[in-house]
Amino acid sequence: MAQKKWPETWQEVTPGCMIFEGGNSREYHTGSWRAQRPVWDNAKCIKCGICYIFCPEACVKEDARGYFAADLDYCKGCGICAHECWPGAITMIEEG
Amino acid sequence: MSKRIGMEIALAAAEAVALCRPDVIAAYPITPNTHIPEHLSDIVAEGRLDAEFICVESEHSAMSACAGASGTGARAFTATSSQGLLYMDEVLGIVSSMRLPVVMAIGNRAISGPINIWNDHSDIMTMRDLGWLSLFAANGQEAVDMMIQSFKIAEDAAVQLPINVNLDGFQLTHMVEALFLPDQKEVDRFLPRRKPYAALHPDHPVTMGALGMPDIFTEATKARDQALVDSRKVILKVWKEWEKQFGRRYEPIEAYKTKGADVVMMTMGSMGETAEIAVDELRKDGVPVGLLKLKLWRPFPFEEMKKAVRGVKTLIVTDRCCSLGGPGGPLAAEVRSALYAEAARPVIENALIGLGGRDVTVDDFKQMFRQAGKSKGIYEFYGVRG
Repeated sequence: MAQKKWPETWQEVTPGCMIFEGGNSREYHTGSWRAQRPVWDNAKCIKCGICYIFCPEACVKEDARGYFAADLDYCKGCGICAHECWPGAITMIEEG
Repeated sequence: MSKRIGMEIALAAAEAVALCRPDVIAAYPITPNTHIPEHLSDIVAEGRLDAEFICVESEHSAMSACAGASGTGARAFTATSSQGLLYMDEVLGIVSSMRLPVVMAIGNRAISGPINIWNDHSDIMTMRDLGWLSLFAANGQEAVDMMIQSFKIAEDAAVQLPINVNLDGFQLTHMVEALFLPDQKEVDRFLPRRKPYAALHPDHPVTMGALGMPDIFTEATKARDQALVDSRKVILKVWKEWEKQFGRRYEPIEAYKTKGADVVMMTMGSMGETAEIAVDELRKDGVPVGLLKLKLWRPFPFEEMKKAVRGVKTLIVTDRCCSLGGPGGPLAAEVRSALYAEAARPVIENALIGLGGRDVTVDDFKQMFRQAGKSKGIYEFYGVRG
């Protein structure tokens, strides 16, 4: 996954590493940290949204049909969604 | 006009801070610095200073309050000693890494134990590597002057770093000294209002203290180090301005009668005043000795150090604390590093003295001068029994 290395050199570091734009954590893709990925079985999903609520990265999104999936640019593979999914619709599988 | 007054140094330092018009003062009392914030709270209560005085529940909160206040663009001040400084520790590096120009007075006191409330330098040395600028006052006048200089140095656009001013506990904080206290007009002329690089405000979002992962931490650390190295130029500039306006000269290392001296003593803080008398008396007897008084501890003045010891045969570095299990005293370790690459350098001896408030007299300095060249090992506990 291509990550934007910002800033590149020590001279480009702002004093105090201050960040002057809101919401730029979007530019930092944490998906590369992942060892496992969550996979949803929509046959078991009851669309309760527990995975969406518990995702600490706020990267679980709801699609037009009301099912859920993780944005793999940001999902760190922590497995909390799979742990919290009481109907057992989410499985963590090894990244290959 | 400056007024010549007789005043306890801690109170005079507080008066000097008040003249700098701080916006926020947050402090928790601990001996021997207590009189500084205590007197500032009086000044605020009397209505002489329009500042927020926050009575916090700990030093950790004191430094955190200063960090928050400084982040909004306010001029923030605190003071502490010893265990109080240790309690601030985890916030100290945050303040410097966020480039917040907080000013702190430290009434230097030994780190326990055994439990001890008296002076040495073991407290400041625990924060040696945390990115603060650090000045050492040798007397009350320097303490007053450095308080005012500190705000200007710390808040300079090219610096934006926190700074601590070290006053030896009791030997300075509780001593009554005759000194010149500038008036408000003079300080206003010297010290402009702070112009923050950035300030926390709901209308202009800014993130301070964000996460720095392995891919940026090295660059961030290099940038911090460079900021300290570069602050030297500003410190020298501010000291020149001070000299021009107030007539008192400040240098990173002040040399006293070092011309033609074979043996030179080095001190930080109030011991320099006593050592001067020893130098005077020995010089009167025809013994060529001299003294170097370090005023700027961080950034360490490497260039001035090299120049200061040219032609010196033996340099006795005094340290008012011990790096336990290490190379002796922190000052001597720094001096040795500074001179290591020099082709001609003096023999460096290291005397650990004045620990936990033990008196260091003129006779002690004369004795150390006489013993020069006889030190066994790289450091010695001067006067230790047994």
